[in-house]
Amino acid sequence: MAGGSQRVYKQRIKSTQSLKKMFRAQELIAASRIGKARGRSAAATPYERAITRAVSAVATHSSTDHPLTRERHDTNRVAVLVIASDRGMAGAYSASVIRETEKLVQQLTAEGKEVSLYATGRRAISFYRYRGRELTGEWSYGSDNPQSDVAGEIADTLLGAFLAPVAEGGVAELHVVYTQFVNMVTQRPRVVRMLPLEIVEGVAAPGEHEVLPLYDFEPSPEVVLDALLPRYVRSRIFSFLLDAAASELASRQRAMHTATDNAEDLIRNYTRLANQARQADITQEISEIVSGADALAAS
Amino acid sequence: MAELNVDLVAADRKVWSGAAREVSAPSVEGQIGILVGHTPFLAVLRPGTVKVSTTQGVAVEAHVSGGFISVDDDLVTIVVDKITQSAGSSALA
Repeated sequence: MAGGSQRVYKQRIKSTQSLKKMFRAQELIAASRIGKARGRSAAATPYERAITRAVSAVATHSSTDHPLTRERHDTNRVAVLVIASDRGMAGAYSASVIRETEKLVQQLTAEGKEVSLYATGRRAISFYRYRGRELTGEWSYGSDNPQSDVAGEIADTLLGAFLAPVAEGGVAELHVVYTQFVNMVTQRPRVVRMLPLEIVEGVAAPGEHEVLPLYDFEPSPEVVLDALLPRYVRSRIFSFLLDAAASELASRQRAMHTATDNAEDLIRNYTRLANQARQADITQEISEIVSGADALAAS
Repeated sequence: MAELNVDLVAADRKVWSGAAREVSAPSVEGQIGILVGHTPFLAVLRPGTVKVSTTQGVAVEAHVSGGFISVDDDLVTIVVDKITQSAGSSALA
């Protein structure tokens, strides 16, 4: 029927327009939240810096033999924490973090290690659940707005696993896979070995001419280290979560921007097709009338 | 007169920073007061009240849930897990 294709195109234009509105809204939401997420990431830096400084101060003044810095050789189980998002509509954000995790898991398995997985964010959780892979721990916490007490909970669970005896599922290493926020257009999945801690990297912080003073510790260097290291881990995990949140929002903004552009292209395309169909209908009608009139005149 | 340079930071933000005359913090071995010229010092804090006083009076008084304090060449850094309440004339929100 002649009007049929016109109607179909009109419908498609309409539905694409409403999708476009949704994409645009998501893009604007992500764009407005991204500044806040980066601000929070920056606000957490003084704390992290203070802790790193204190840890290196203790490390230079006492033997750093602490359960958290010791290599464990009694088990070949390792923990991997993957930080993904709760929602989709962020392009390849979750997919690339999960792909990086899979690569790491494969590599660890090849080294003869047994991997126990911890996941944050519903995307990662459903990815592993769908494939029937066991998750030792999972958190879905509102991945675009992480809170420090959630980070504390995650860190405490993982520290618990690291310090636990072999029989209770103790792990020898902890790796974290998260997305590093480089800038608005670049976010990179990154793997960090979190435990056992390498204090060496913190000691390099003061400049060559700056000599760390001889500290008095209260009550003792060991107790101070005991209190500092878990906090250090907690603050690192919190900063990973914040970085991941900023990356997620940036990816989402970009993905939704592309989706909006694509929707516009589609609408333009369908409008042309609809116009063409309309013109074809008109032409056909005219030729029908003309040929009808010709037939009448001939008879 | 020389003054202490104080940074009070919580896990997710910087709470207060500036010059101060005296800092009082709840160390695990008892409330300690720090004045200018204190020896380098690192202590674990228990839950209690942190008080920072400037020459004008008390600048911050906050209840904290634990953390640590480090003093180094009149630079005082108080790192706390959580600030449950704070009052002060010039607290940075």
